Amino acid sequence: MEIKEFIEHFAEQFDDTELSEFTPETVFHNLEEYSSLIALSIIAMVDEEYGVALNANDMSSSVTIEDLFKIVKTKIND
Amino acid sequence: MINYNPFSLQDKTILITGAAGGIGRATSIECSKLGAKLILTDINEEGLKKTLELLDNNDSHCYYLANLTQDNDIDSLVAQIDKLDGMVSNAGVTKPMPVKFINKYDFDRILSVNTLAPVFLTQRLLKNKKFQKGASIVFTVSIGGVFTTAFGNAMYGASKGALQVFMKNVALESASQSIRCNSVNPGMINTGLLKPGTYSEEDRQKDIQTYPMKRYGEPREVALGVVYLLSDASSFVTGHALIIDGGKTLF
Repeated sequence: MEIKEFIEHFAEQFDDTELSEFTPETVFHNLEEYSSLIALSIIAMVDEEYGVALNANDMSSSVTIEDLFKIVKTKIND
Repeated sequence: MINYNPFSLQDKTILITGAAGGIGRATSIECSKLGAKLILTDINEEGLKKTLELLDNNDSHCYYLANLTQDNDIDSLVAQIDKLDGMVSNAGVTKPMPVKFINKYDFDRILSVNTLAPVFLTQRLLKNKKFQKGASIVFTVSIGGVFTTAFGNAMYGASKGALQVFMKNVALESASQSIRCNSVNPGMINTGLLKPGTYSEEDRQKDIQTYPMKRYGEPREVALGVVYLLSDASSFVTGHALIIDGGKTLF
């Protein structure tokens, strides 16, 4: 799993945020469009694409997109 | 002033399922008269061709033969669509049976057509971001199952009740994108939904008496409700069930 591909999938869950806003360092909770619905969409996307079940704590403890990527990566290897 | 028409659908691209007859055909005709560009779909090609012949601006519309209970057909339909300003989901079937006699085979078929097909068509269109901002989704639900209960209507009613709940969830989750989702909920309409002979003429007359307006509706009377929900006239209306039933639910 590459972070570039993860970020693409992550960005697809948003409708109005510019693609250039999404980098490994993006603090996604601060994105204006981020909402509880988008959080649910990201959890569902990770389940669909990577077969990994994230929980609410994984989402809230991740500050950047890369933090979340690392959690997903760890769970894939578990 | 003479050209003032808040219900105009000029240049809106609208997908209509179940367009080969009944409410789907009537909706297609009204939408074409108001300037929409239509993508019609159904499993019945003859019916689709006939509908196409009845439309205004004949050459700005197209049709796709599709069985929307099949995932492959949904995917290829969605792949051919660029952007939509509206969708009307009409396809529906029924088979009246008392609860004691319902069976999985018939219930599966009714749920597949009435519920799962519109649910997954909507899901794919939303996931692939086919709806433009300001787009409007309209499900033809029914008063049956949602607002009324009738003998033999358990399977149909349950399928439409599920679609009604789905409509509200689509409305909620799409609102931030200015995509609206509503339903029309007709009473009995003179269409081919019920096979001739399902009810006796006597039963039919008795049923008509339960309508305060003492008649069943015509497809066009539902189509014009759909037009309202598709048009910018209803731009602040979402999650709404528009009952079109000649007063049936007043009782």
